[in-house]
Amino acid sequence: MLGKLSWSDIPIDVPILVGTFAGAAIAGLAVLGLITYYGKWGYLWKEWFTSVDHKRLGVMYIVLALVALFRGFADAIMMRSQLALAYAGNPGYLPPHHYDQIFSAHGTIMIFFMAMAFMTGLMNVVVPLQIGARDVAFPFLNSLSFWMTTISFVLINISLFIGEFSQCGWLAYPPLSEQQFSPGVGVDYYIWAVQLSGVGTLLTGVNFFTTIVKMRAPGMTYMKMPVFTWTIFCTTVLIMVAFPILTVALALLGLDRYLGMHFFTNDAGGNQMLYLNVIWAWGHPEVYILVLPAFGAFSEITQTFSRKPLFGYNTMVYATCSIMVLSLVVWLHHFFTMGAGANVNAFFGIMTMIIAIPTGVKIFNWLFTMYKGRVEFHATMYWVIGFMITFTIGGMTGVMLAIPAADFVLHNSLFVIAHFHNVIIGGVYFGYVAAMNFWFPKAFGFKLNEAWGKRAFWFWFVGFYFAFMPLYVLGFEGMTRRMNHYDNPEWYPWLLVAEFGAVLIALGIVCQLTQLYVSIRDRNLAENRDLTGDPWNARTLEWSTSSPPPFYNFAVVPTVHDLDAFAHDKEAGIDTRSAGGHYQPIHMPKNTSAGFFVGLFSLILGFAAIWWIWWLAAIGLIGIIATVIARSSNNDIDYYVPVSEVARIENEHTRNLQAAQAAE
Amino acid sequence: MKKKILPRLSSLMCLSSAFLLAGCDWATLDPKGTIGIQEKSLILTSTYAMLLVVVPVIVLTLLFAWQYRSSNTSAEYLPKWSHSNKIEVVIWVVPSLIILFLAVLTYQTCHSLDPYRPLDEEASAKPLHIDVVALDWKWLFIYPDEGIATVNQVAFPVNTPVEFHITSDSVMNSFFIPQLGSQIYAMAGMQTQLHLVAGTAGNYLGESANFSGRGFSDMHFRALAMSNDDYAAWIQKVKAASEQLDNTNYPKLAAPSEANPVEYFSHAEPALFDQIVAKYNNGMVMDKSTGKMLHVQSAMSDMNMKE
Repeated sequence: MLGKLSWSDIPIDVPILVGTFAGAAIAGLAVLGLITYYGKWGYLWKEWFTSVDHKRLGVMYIVLALVALFRGFADAIMMRSQLALAYAGNPGYLPPHHYDQIFSAHGTIMIFFMAMAFMTGLMNVVVPLQIGARDVAFPFLNSLSFWMTTISFVLINISLFIGEFSQCGWLAYPPLSEQQFSPGVGVDYYIWAVQLSGVGTLLTGVNFFTTIVKMRAPGMTYMKMPVFTWTIFCTTVLIMVAFPILTVALALLGLDRYLGMHFFTNDAGGNQMLYLNVIWAWGHPEVYILVLPAFGAFSEITQTFSRKPLFGYNTMVYATCSIMVLSLVVWLHHFFTMGAGANVNAFFGIMTMIIAIPTGVKIFNWLFTMYKGRVEFHATMYWVIGFMITFTIGGMTGVMLAIPAADFVLHNSLFVIAHFHNVIIGGVYFGYVAAMNFWFPKAFGFKLNEAWGKRAFWFWFVGFYFAFMPLYVLGFEGMTRRMNHYDNPEWYPWLLVAEFGAVLIALGIVCQLTQLYVSIRDRNLAENRDLTGDPWNARTLEWSTSSPPPFYNFAVVPTVHDLDAFAHDKEAGIDTRSAGGHYQPIHMPKNTSAGFFVGLFSLILGFAAIWWIWWLAAIGLIGIIATVIARSSNNDIDYYVPVSEVARIENEHTRNLQAAQAAE
Repeated sequence: MKKKILPRLSSLMCLSSAFLLAGCDWATLDPKGTIGIQEKSLILTSTYAMLLVVVPVIVLTLLFAWQYRSSNTSAEYLPKWSHSNKIEVVIWVVPSLIILFLAVLTYQTCHSLDPYRPLDEEASAKPLHIDVVALDWKWLFIYPDEGIATVNQVAFPVNTPVEFHITSDSVMNSFFIPQLGSQIYAMAGMQTQLHLVAGTAGNYLGESANFSGRGFSDMHFRALAMSNDDYAAWIQKVKAASEQLDNTNYPKLAAPSEANPVEYFSHAEPALFDQIVAKYNNGMVMDKSTGKMLHVQSAMSDMNMKE
């Protein structure tokens, strides 16, 4: 009846998990209780959970990303603490069974549910506004994507309390991840969580690609597209190319595990090298899927706070596109030590280091954007400058790893861990946080507190150097990754320094949460409100509408004359927004709960398949199909916003604008 | 802002120089064999080449941010300036030249440091051949010429090139002696090769560099580089051991064990390595010299094949 599931799968003998469960349960009940107390269920359901508005979905994605950051960071600091303790015979507090799950979950969660969700959230909030569109091409798919991502994150967290998670690292290399060596449900949790979220990501890729190709405002040719949109455009192409590869890789691994096939097994013709090739053919583009949007955000922020257009826009576009193409032909650098011939290794090594050229050009472009500008040290600019310093170092160590003969001694050591945290924290995370600070007023109509933003930056920045520079050293000292305990006295002090760095980063996260709290508390103070819609005197179209924008984004679809359309309009004195006050009815999609239900049934399907509860899996599958059929046969999916409603909303914003201008 | 940034810059500089100079005690940067020495020099050369652009970028970042801060109204402000062919040429050409240099270096070292390539020393000295099998969670070393085997300890004479043939009878591992240089994966059904040589006698850490499950953290061995006399004595010590390794007790050894102690086997089946490779390949093994597939005659049916 319950498949493999039995009482013994509930880890009540692990105090850490019982404590975590109690904490999560109390916090969860408190949140649910508060929602019930304030009677917000109806509001949440109608305005958020069933929403197809890209701005609301974007906000929910970022909330999900912050929750995932919390979970992923908890894993990180547990690992650091284990290694600060587990020296010279001390086993530490995490036995391998638990520790191996933690590092696997840390990587999986940080990439798929922190970084990907954060990036998707940002593109949701910004891209349609930036190209002057009223929504995305497929609003319902957008909602579905969000729920697929969310339920996958739920599924991965269920593994904390029911059964176990994968103990094979974040990419689950076979044959270790095969049934023979990992007979538990951990790898199945991994496969199902990543597969289901992959559906969401792929749909997002298709959705935003279509949106950018088909829905740009009139006049916005490709070479007048804002740089952030360009980076998202390249990212969506990479998603569409790379994610199907991931899906296939994990599907084949799943067939091995569920149906006893032999794609990657040791015996019967299976070949583990095939898996490494396939998974990294996705895995390397994935890195650029994450970092390109961060580059886009840095470009927008640097030009805005340097009070100057971006230096070398064309170069930036070409650099982004060449990175997009090159990222597809470098995957083998993740396993130079697998025994490929010298020429093969040399090819992939050289292709990899060629990526450093366009990336270096981008850094120079940001430099020369500041050059002869008026650089305002707003909190977002701190992240930009911190990024430029940190990412340059990460890029350098990346090129070192790209030289196969150097990689032969650095591969799989902590040097690699230091390198990719150097680029993912210093590049991706700093970029997303800067972007969040930058676009927050657009999404909510009030600014984030700057003092706390700067404190968060300093803790993250200094904490990063303390946490990861020692890992470079440890890599040179021959310490390999994923070790649970050690007895080398030379490693010990460096691991203590790294632990200290992790504590500083924890304080950085506390500052970020405080920043959110303080900003929400003080949201109505005059200096925090954004009545104009353009708090930073920025250059692109999203700032031409109100903050937060009306649900239809633009009452009048703007016409684009130049790159940095809004800056151009401001200089030329064109008021695109009012356009004489003659409005047309606006065609908008209706909210739908179909995405939520497909997600819910997918969660049931995934959970049931992990535990081999086949009747429940059938219910999940039938539920998905039934929901899709119901949604497809529903013709009542759109409506027109009447002119009177548009006029009412726009007039209110006009009054706000005039009040703000009068106050100046 | 200035007060905060400038000390940061100097600490960063110290850090990066400490990184390169103080590195002398660190295993990878304290190599004891020609492969490791060349790899260290490659790492340093490439780092210096890249610092040519990395240091200016970091300095310019801080400089420009400070010089063109909004409160410095005396600095020149060009609100429209966003293009310069001269600068564009420089920022494309300089990184390209550095990468061109590194690409040439990469191509050369890919060949000269190819783990499969016989060492230059092998022209004058016959290499010692050692077969390596990664097991859960220990390393088995077979000396086919001596007919002996050891677990978690491998010895070889100083200045004698060693030709390792590496496979796995379990999951993927990576065979790595940091102070001697390159690592290479150990995979079931396949045989990888690694040529190393120790220039200095010593007792070096060997480890698995690829996560392989529960017992991974203790999957260490010691690599002993010895004088010829000491090595001969070591061989005699192993040959005096009471244990022998054959098809009947191999499965017992191959069964998972953690933090396995050093073991010596006075006799080992010379074909054992080929048999371990062949059992995942329908009894076939590739001849390293000709590349042809050969059938291994063996008692493999007796060895409990780990499905």
